Amino acid sequence: MIRAVDLRKSFGGKDGDAVEAVSGISVDVGRGEAFGFLGPNGAGKSSTMRMIAAVSPVTSGELRILGMDPAVDGPAIRGRIGVCPQEDTLDTELNVLDNLYIYGRYFGLPRAEVRQRCEELLEFVQLTEKAKSKVEDLSGGMKRRLTIARSLINRPDLLLLDEPTTGLDPQARHVVWDRLFRLKQQGVTLVLTTHYMDEAEQLCDRLVVMDKGLIVAEGSPAELIRTHSTREVAELRFGIGENETVAPKIEDLAERIEVLPDRILLYTQNGEEAIAKVHERGLDPAMSLVRRSSLEDVFLRLTGRTLVD
Amino acid sequence: MATPVPLRTGPFDGAGRLVDYWATVYRRTWRGSVISSFLVPLLYIVAMGVLLGGFIKGDPAKLEGATSYLAFVAPGMLAAQSMTTVFGEVTYPVISMIKWQKVYFSMVATPLTVADIVLAQLGFVMFRVATVSAVFLAVMAPFGVFESWSGVVAAFFVQLLLGLAFATPIFAFTAFVMNENAFALIFRLGMIPLFLFSGAFFPITNLSAPMEWFARVTPLWHGVDLSRQLVLGRLDASSALVHVVYLAVLAAAGWWLTVRNLRRRLVET
Repeated sequence: MIRAVDLRKSFGGKDGDAVEAVSGISVDVGRGEAFGFLGPNGAGKSSTMRMIAAVSPVTSGELRILGMDPAVDGPAIRGRIGVCPQEDTLDTELNVLDNLYIYGRYFGLPRAEVRQRCEELLEFVQLTEKAKSKVEDLSGGMKRRLTIARSLINRPDLLLLDEPTTGLDPQARHVVWDRLFRLKQQGVTLVLTTHYMDEAEQLCDRLVVMDKGLIVAEGSPAELIRTHSTREVAELRFGIGENETVAPKIEDLAERIEVLPDRILLYTQNGEEAIAKVHERGLDPAMSLVRRSSLEDVFLRLTGRTLVD
Repeated sequence: MATPVPLRTGPFDGAGRLVDYWATVYRRTWRGSVISSFLVPLLYIVAMGVLLGGFIKGDPAKLEGATSYLAFVAPGMLAAQSMTTVFGEVTYPVISMIKWQKVYFSMVATPLTVADIVLAQLGFVMFRVATVSAVFLAVMAPFGVFESWSGVVAAFFVQLLLGLAFATPIFAFTAFVMNENAFALIFRLGMIPLFLFSGAFFPITNLSAPMEWFARVTPLWHGVDLSRQLVLGRLDASSALVHVVYLAVLAAAGWWLTVRNLRRRLVET
């Protein structure tokens, strides 16, 4: 469905002052797959998505969407994909049904056909009762569902979702996940960006972690955890200021140790065993727990804990 | 799952797909525009044409052939109104679609191209100019200011050309600046001086020589003069041709700039 080889995107000046947002990534997404781009803000996820959506021209490298070249067949590609952008881009002064209807018309679908699809899609995203409401008056979650419904009006082979649940409350997120999961079951290829690890674990069969315009890791969520983290993590709290002094005494107990202001993280295959050894050495943490490694650990390891804007 | 999406059938197919969008927008806004397009011209005609004009006993030789000030000012106001309608349609609504609601971004995500979007929107602006001008001409008719009915019909089409000659450059400007504060500039330094000094309300020969020369290069004057020639039935073929060519060139250049500027905003980012 998507094949990218050494894909690059830069903005701005023609020569030296150009900013490179995507610095040479290669990905392959197959039919029916749910594929995720993870990364902190500014990693190049949205730029990549805009190129895949056949909207933003590729600076260099090769890109094929549904076997077509976006530089040549942009409209044909866009006719067969669905796009759920980061910002809803709805016409807030029109009502819910009108927003859906006019969008269907952009694809050149006959009016009666669009009307019928609108009905089905409003049902699918549970907005049938809101059909005549102005978009302005909808909650964030409802707008997102409408945007998802809109992206499905052309019955796309490939659905692109740029941060589909950012800014939604937990209830709304779960409704969106549920709908996306159903689409996946129907065989729609999903490509999404997110910086929520739970979202990636829930939805993605396979994902890449991007940082500073490059892919830094690739695999299924389980593979990534296996490759880039340990099976378990032991978290120990010794009290403010003590963590740093204790750390050197226990660092040999784990494959990797991380000292944070409020706690120490021991990355290990067996967390209980590590904690037992800590106690054997006469150290008595105020609190300790063992948990499984998560995608979040992988993510933070690969992209760092430093805040990026 | 795959359902074929129809391919484009011609150069106007893309814009045609946007007709339902603009029809929906118009259904939502027409009530507001009725007041401005019907009442405002009536107020202008009464105030400027009838009441103010009652004090002006102009020599027809100095009124470019009009038999009364009302007959002189009516085609001028028609053209000036076409201009102000256009200013309203391609400033705030356009910036909203780029920057606030970002509706254009939803359009370019579909098979539509930037040129389709511009074409459809200009079509809507022309529709607005057409309705406003038709109403204006209908309102003026009972005042007995028209000398030539074929001229009135031709003047109606001149409003579309004049509207286009303003619409495309201002559309291009809006897409370029992307800053609503710049609108104050073009409204105050562009629209209002043009409205007042382009021969709509008095013959530009009344201006000082440099000012008159300046007025002659403004697009509104070309529209005013052409409308007036037609409505008064005093067409001068050679100057009319200059007016038409001038306005057409402006419209074409503006079209090219609009598509280029909007493409930079929406696609090449």
